[in-house]
Amino acid sequence: MSNLKLTIGHLYPDLLNLYGDRGNIITLKKRCEWRGIDIEVKEFHLNDNIDFNSLHIVFLGGGSDREQLLVCNRLKEIKSEINSYVNDNGVVIAICGGYQLLGHYYKLKDETIEGLSVLDIYTEMGDTRLIGNVVIESNCLYPSNDTVKIVGFENHGGRTFINGHQPLGIVKYGYGNNGTDGYEGVIYKNVIGTYLHGPLFPKNPALADFILSKALQRAYPNTFRTLQPLDDSMEIKARDYIVNRFLT
Amino acid sequence: MNYIKKLIAIWAAKSAIVVSKLLGKKGSSGPGSIALKIYPHILKDLASKVKKEILIVCGTNGKTTTNNMLYNLLTANGYNVVCNKVGANMLEGITTAFIHSATLWGNLNADYASIEVDEASAVKIFDHLSPSKILITNLFRDQLDRYGEIDITIKLLSKALEKVPEAKLILNGDDPLTARFGYNTGRKCYYFGVDQDLNISLNETKEGRFCTICGAQLQYHYYHYSQLGNYYCSSCNFKRPSLDFKAFDVRLQDGLLFSVSYDDTTVAFNVNYKGFYNIYNILASMSVAVLVGIDIHGMNHVFSQYKPQIGRMETFQLGKPVIFNLSKNPAGFNQAISTVLQDHRTKDIMVVINDNAQDGRDISWIWDVDFERLVDPTITSYMASGIRKEDVAVRFKYAGIDQQNITVEGNIKSAIIDLVSRSGEVCYILVNYTALFHTQNILKSLEKSGNWKGTDTDLN
Repeated sequence: MSNLKLTIGHLYPDLLNLYGDRGNIITLKKRCEWRGIDIEVKEFHLNDNIDFNSLHIVFLGGGSDREQLLVCNRLKEIKSEINSYVNDNGVVIAICGGYQLLGHYYKLKDETIEGLSVLDIYTEMGDTRLIGNVVIESNCLYPSNDTVKIVGFENHGGRTFINGHQPLGIVKYGYGNNGTDGYEGVIYKNVIGTYLHGPLFPKNPALADFILSKALQRAYPNTFRTLQPLDDSMEIKARDYIVNRFLT
Repeated sequence: MNYIKKLIAIWAAKSAIVVSKLLGKKGSSGPGSIALKIYPHILKDLASKVKKEILIVCGTNGKTTTNNMLYNLLTANGYNVVCNKVGANMLEGITTAFIHSATLWGNLNADYASIEVDEASAVKIFDHLSPSKILITNLFRDQLDRYGEIDITIKLLSKALEKVPEAKLILNGDDPLTARFGYNTGRKCYYFGVDQDLNISLNETKEGRFCTICGAQLQYHYYHYSQLGNYYCSSCNFKRPSLDFKAFDVRLQDGLLFSVSYDDTTVAFNVNYKGFYNIYNILASMSVAVLVGIDIHGMNHVFSQYKPQIGRMETFQLGKPVIFNLSKNPAGFNQAISTVLQDHRTKDIMVVINDNAQDGRDISWIWDVDFERLVDPTITSYMASGIRKEDVAVRFKYAGIDQQNITVEGNIKSAIIDLVSRSGEVCYILVNYTALFHTQNILKSLEKSGNWKGTDTDLN
């Protein structure tokens, strides 16, 4: 499998970098390197042209409201490219602000930020910020529907409603999308949107590998089978610490 | 009636100060909190008795050090000063500091008050006291879950500054986020900064990459660290303001050597503590002191006598030097790593991360720290401790550190005893806020008892 190669497009890292999002990129990168998979991370800045055909994973992080607005104006210009990438089963991972931008809109007090409508979801500003550790249970990662616990930290003022979409997981501790319906995140085709940072991937290696597998399956449909397993004992200990602290 | 309430408030708080001292507590918000409940005007009342000026120190990093340096400069010149030295910087802690300095009859014999203020609490605190000068050290991302994000901190500070329009500002000119408080406000501002390219910048997450005036990307003639440097906006006319207090001729080996110029005066400084960021702390406190009329020429003596606050590159002797530092956000942590790497001796390193309320519950910032730089031939092993020890271990692993060199030990005392038994010539221990006092107590008692040799079985 040494001839496999993935390219991650990290969109606007100098604007969307609020909660250690760099850790997600580091994690994807290391987990490829440890398996002998070539991996390249391309950082795109606001005025760069993005050739989505050359990308296997698109990463959108979270930013402050000011920064999110700058990004949103740019994303509108490349809306159709992103949508066709998603329809072609391109892998997207969008966190917090990036997640909100994938929906139809994010309604603030005095203005509405128009989204990409990649997902049939919408977000409205709440009265308080939803802040704290989160534990969710997801059955999306394995074909067998086996569940896996995913942990993270959330910090968002927006309440997101996912209409008919499948959530990434069911909230076991914390608030999730909106603090009321018990859902966290969304999974649609090969797009994952979530409020979980922490960052997300270091303590959730199964989710990181799920993303990598999806990207490799799409890039190498005839040759890629499965990822070589890694020793994840440290990562799992870190995840289980959060699970045990908040669920017992 | 108010006078009676005031006296009762003072007596109750003073008793509480005595009790908490007996209990060995270092934080001191409790007594002030009691006093404010009994007499809500207590701080306003006492603060109005300050004879000359109330000076405020604000900003993300370096508040406590800068404020203590300022206190030393003032007292060395014979002034009586109210100061919240240990850094209890919210309303209650500041009230405690004033009551501590007050007499039993509610009088205050103070020429100055030199007060460290939490950025988010400043709005509330300025209802109680009127500062004549406000120093802002820098603004970095810190405790995101408490403040939301840095934009919110900036808004809170702006709101606080609006309450005190007469106060002069002393600002870090090298920090675009701080310097903007002086941009087009018409307020009298003074700027300090390091006016020299030192080629020490890192590949960090930079907070203020974009102009806060127009939103365009900032360009830099040079960086020092984080977003600090000599910047200018690519689109509008925002740029580093001309510096009133300039450091130059900086040398970082074996302590800090540099010169400072102000007006037509240039003075050389030479202190024996570590850390480039301390130049900013010195510059900041010196600027305020000069502006209240203290002679810049006598200051080097005060700075060279300055004993860093606990956990600011504090050294203990446990058979070898153990250097202990508070590192509570990415900017501070990256500076600590730079300081560690300037030490060329072989070393073992320990990182302690807690996630209590005062630390910020969200520790995702550790991924914005360049732990990758700790993969260095002089560092022989890595210890992860604190409430979030498992997260520290994972961060080490993904920084490229060999798993075999990573130890995870939650008991800080056991971890330290293990650490000093290793082969390095020196140990470094980097901790975040709530681990600070606990770790320092352990280091103190181990240094005193000599029980670090590993013969001690009591590991609590």
